[in-house]
Amino acid sequence: MAVTGIILVLFLILHMLGNLKIFTGETSFDHYAHWLRDIGTPLLPTTWFLWIQRTVLTAAVLGHIGAATVLAMRSRAARPVKYAHRRKIHVNYAARTMRWGGVIILLFVIYHILDLTTGHLNPQGDPSNPYGNVVAGFAPERWYVTLFYTLALVTLGFHLRHGAFSAFRSLGQQTPKGERRARIAALVFAVALVGGYLLVPFAVITGLVA
Amino acid sequence: MNLTLRIWRQHGPEDKGRMVTYPVQDVSPDMSFLEMLDVLNERLILDGEEPIAFDHDCREGICGMCSLMINGEAHGPQRGTTACQLHMRQFSDGDTIDIEPWRARAFPVVKDLVVNRNAFDQIIAAGGYVTAPTGSAPEAHSVPVPKADADAAFESAACIGCGACVAACPNGSGMLFTAAKITQLSLLPQGQPERYTRVIGMVDAHDEAGFGGCTNIGECASACPKGIPLNTIGRLNRDYLKATAKRAGS
Amino acid sequence: MDLYTEGDPIADTRAPDGPVETRWERHRFEMKLVNPANRRKMTVIVVGTGLAGGSAAATLAEQGYQVRSYCYQDSPRRAHSIAAQGGINAAKNYRNDGDSVHRLFYDTVKGGDFRSRESNVHRLAEVSVNIIDQCVAQGVPFAREYGGLLDTRSFGGAQVQRTFYARGQTGQQLLLGAYQALERQIGLGNVEMNARHEMLELVLVDGRARGIVVRDMVTGEISTEMADAVVLASGGYGNVFYLSTNAKGCNVTASWRAHRKGAYFANPCYTQIHPTCIPVSGDHQSKLTLMSESLRNDGRVWVPKAKGDQRSPREIPEDERDYYLERIYPSFGNLVPRDIASRAAKNVCDSGRGVGPTGLGVYLDFADAINRLGRKAIEAKYGNLFEMYERITGEDPYEVPMRIYPAVHYTMGGLWVDYDLQSSIPGLFVIGEANFSDHGANRLGASALMQGLADGYFVLPNTLANYLASSGPLDKVDASHPEAVAARTEVEDRIKRLLAINGDRTVDSFHRELGQIMWEHCGMERSEAGLRKAIDEIRALREQFWQRVRVPGDGEGLNQSLEKAGRVADFFELAELMCIDALHREESCGGHFRAEHQTPDGEAQRDDDRFAYVAAWEYTGTGEPVLHKEDLTFEYVHPTQRSYK
Repeated sequence: MAVTGIILVLFLILHMLGNLKIFTGETSFDHYAHWLRDIGTPLLPTTWFLWIQRTVLTAAVLGHIGAATVLAMRSRAARPVKYAHRRKIHVNYAARTMRWGGVIILLFVIYHILDLTTGHLNPQGDPSNPYGNVVAGFAPERWYVTLFYTLALVTLGFHLRHGAFSAFRSLGQQTPKGERRARIAALVFAVALVGGYLLVPFAVITGLVA
Repeated sequence: MNLTLRIWRQHGPEDKGRMVTYPVQDVSPDMSFLEMLDVLNERLILDGEEPIAFDHDCREGICGMCSLMINGEAHGPQRGTTACQLHMRQFSDGDTIDIEPWRARAFPVVKDLVVNRNAFDQIIAAGGYVTAPTGSAPEAHSVPVPKADADAAFESAACIGCGACVAACPNGSGMLFTAAKITQLSLLPQGQPERYTRVIGMVDAHDEAGFGGCTNIGECASACPKGIPLNTIGRLNRDYLKATAKRAGS
Repeated sequence: MDLYTEGDPIADTRAPDGPVETRWERHRFEMKLVNPANRRKMTVIVVGTGLAGGSAAATLAEQGYQVRSYCYQDSPRRAHSIAAQGGINAAKNYRNDGDSVHRLFYDTVKGGDFRSRESNVHRLAEVSVNIIDQCVAQGVPFAREYGGLLDTRSFGGAQVQRTFYARGQTGQQLLLGAYQALERQIGLGNVEMNARHEMLELVLVDGRARGIVVRDMVTGEISTEMADAVVLASGGYGNVFYLSTNAKGCNVTASWRAHRKGAYFANPCYTQIHPTCIPVSGDHQSKLTLMSESLRNDGRVWVPKAKGDQRSPREIPEDERDYYLERIYPSFGNLVPRDIASRAAKNVCDSGRGVGPTGLGVYLDFADAINRLGRKAIEAKYGNLFEMYERITGEDPYEVPMRIYPAVHYTMGGLWVDYDLQSSIPGLFVIGEANFSDHGANRLGASALMQGLADGYFVLPNTLANYLASSGPLDKVDASHPEAVAARTEVEDRIKRLLAINGDRTVDSFHRELGQIMWEHCGMERSEAGLRKAIDEIRALREQFWQRVRVPGDGEGLNQSLEKAGRVADFFELAELMCIDALHREESCGGHFRAEHQTPDGEAQRDDDRFAYVAAWEYTGTGEPVLHKEDLTFEYVHPTQRSYK
């Protein structure tokens, strides 16, 4: 769980930093987007690196889901008879929503790929002009798309907050002071990442990026 | 005060079981929760019904025998308090209270609210000790232990083995119980020689007993009547990783 | 007297003679050993998994015997030793404050009011130092100083700091140490652990203890388990009073069944009443909770001077309060020994000056200490106790004084054992609180844990080996032996009989009533008239019990009412013997105070000429027990009158 999670988190960080390039203008952003396909050339043929990266990510996602499924099945098996009175929740919401949150995030990622990678669900859908696709996708009249992105990213934030803390724990963080630090770091990280992602659609919807 | 109790009744391990409603009148706020059940049982016996079986012994919060899920909370609403030390002044007239046994595959129901927690003993038997046969001990002062370590070890050693952590855990995991013993012994010099075999043995026994996996949620620590800290699990993980690495290396 | 007959005195206690310091050493050398190869062919049954039983079972298994262990709880870790708070004494003299094995020996004999055996007590003091070593090696997290060495404190008025502790949970930590050693042996297959099993009968073959009849409390199955020797470590009998600080399940059944089969019961009237417990709050009360004795270090005990003063304690001005312990015992004040503090509380309550809704309580006031040391300091010292008090009573002891009242806490009496801890039945050994040895008529604070572990870790494993080696290979017997079958049939018949009564009263209602009789007449103060009345009442109530008790359900499966019924039935018989013992002992000593035998100013008056003996009672089945006296001689600690004025 922790290892696949860390791979995905690294990707999320790079992806977010890349997204922010949108503020440097259309040409620069499109150039960056096209460059992504050329990383590794001329050592590797065009898009090879991209496919390697996609394979690794897919494997990480599958691994992550697989591990989560095993844990979920173990949990289910560990309590064959449920409580009649629902257990009261005492600790943070984030920890309790990992599984459903994960499913929501997965659905979002599928939508997101169809929207901005393949362009099938994008009103413009022009692979040569990612900048335009983004602007068209988050156009103010398509506010519901932004809303969906926002909800999904907040869910991701919760997922990351507990995920990051939990990864520290699983890898052996063990002191009370360390625990406080780990909790704060996880929160800051989750807020920063979600904030970074949300900047783009909100910049489009407010007209800052057009 | 008058209350409505809904209590899990299950005749034996094979019985399917169901919640049964019992009104109770004139409950004194000075009664403990278990005394309230005693009063109900006295009435049931005289009415020709079977009294409700529940585990209890010391009734002062230390033996770990009592094990009631009260309104969805292990040991009830008061933090840091076992069911036997919970008093009725925590409830109000007219309340409906649901009482259920701990629910976990590793803790099968024996009858009504009584469960079998033998799995915890098996975890201890798999390594939760220091091998020190009687008579072999060196003079007590031959190994000083830093006070901070001794105090931290004590904090983990305060576990009463009641199983509230398992009952409260959404995953039905017994990791807090396991981690408490591992932390106590891995903090003390006496526990070092067996440190890594202990963690492997105990975690394996934990998994074999059918407990769920830990996802670091923290409900266990919040339900623990003795305040065993969640970071003991981090210590267990660290020892486990090191032990696995050592095993792979050898 | 009309209630008992006197038999032969006990001639031999197997205690070696010679200088007391070398007796145990010499005895250990003279005892026979069992060859390691033969040990694994021998089976030992241990009943109870507290400090004594747990440590004995683990140690015997380490030595190579096949051990079968039984407890009524769902896990061996839950035995009531776990509730001991204060600490464990040991003559380590780490403080350089004048402690020694001899001083611990001296204090224990004197503290027991000269009613214990010198040789036993000296051995206890000797092995006390090994216990600490053993427990530290097991990883017991004792309190430590900043330098990393063990911390000790003074406890129960002792003048040296010899008490080792782990916060207020010493019993828990020591028990878990023994439990872990036991679990290790269970994991290795050397101990067969039977939790939720209750011993209901002892099996004798050719006059030797060879097995027990147990009931599996989950399935209801009755089975007979045979062995080469039987060890009882089944604890004390304080629950005969119904309300006590014992766990609800604590009972006398294992001991009593052995007594009925011929084991003498010694000094049953010696009970310890602890002065600082939370008072009874109503008829629903099911048990009493102890507040650590350490509270008396800073709290002041008082009651209003006027009878029936209903004002809240804070409204009672200083000059209308009676700080009676400070008044009567100016030199020890609030720190007088347990029995004295308890009786003084009873006296002021009997005079109508008790406080709280029931009038059975006295104030333990921290206002002065809070003023003097500050709330912070009090919180640091007693915070967890104050919290516990508030949880139970709903009152904040920082604002209103605590209310306390004495409660039954420990029983010094128990099955009679010789120096080898063997009862009057060969092959039946009794250890821990279940036996009578070591504490005399009064136990010192922090000595119960010491005795339990001394017996289990260091004494029994030696003496049991001597028995097994001396008795030679015993005939192989199994559950089909006529004696075993007879014992089993007795158990089955008794269960059938209890279930068949189907009367109109619950077991608890009888137990509560028995407890009231005992508390009233055989509690803190006893008198001839009261004891005679109690015996009549107990007999009448016992008859009622066997006619009117209702035990619902059947013998198959878990039946908590049935378990209680069997235990209460045995408490009835024990209660009568306790009263007879108390009646026959026409003196006051330790935990036994006879109203007729006190000094002019109300202190206990011993009668060493007539009563310097252990009263060992033999069961006859006729209701008239036979008294066997074991004379006590004091070569090293000479009897003196205790005085705390």
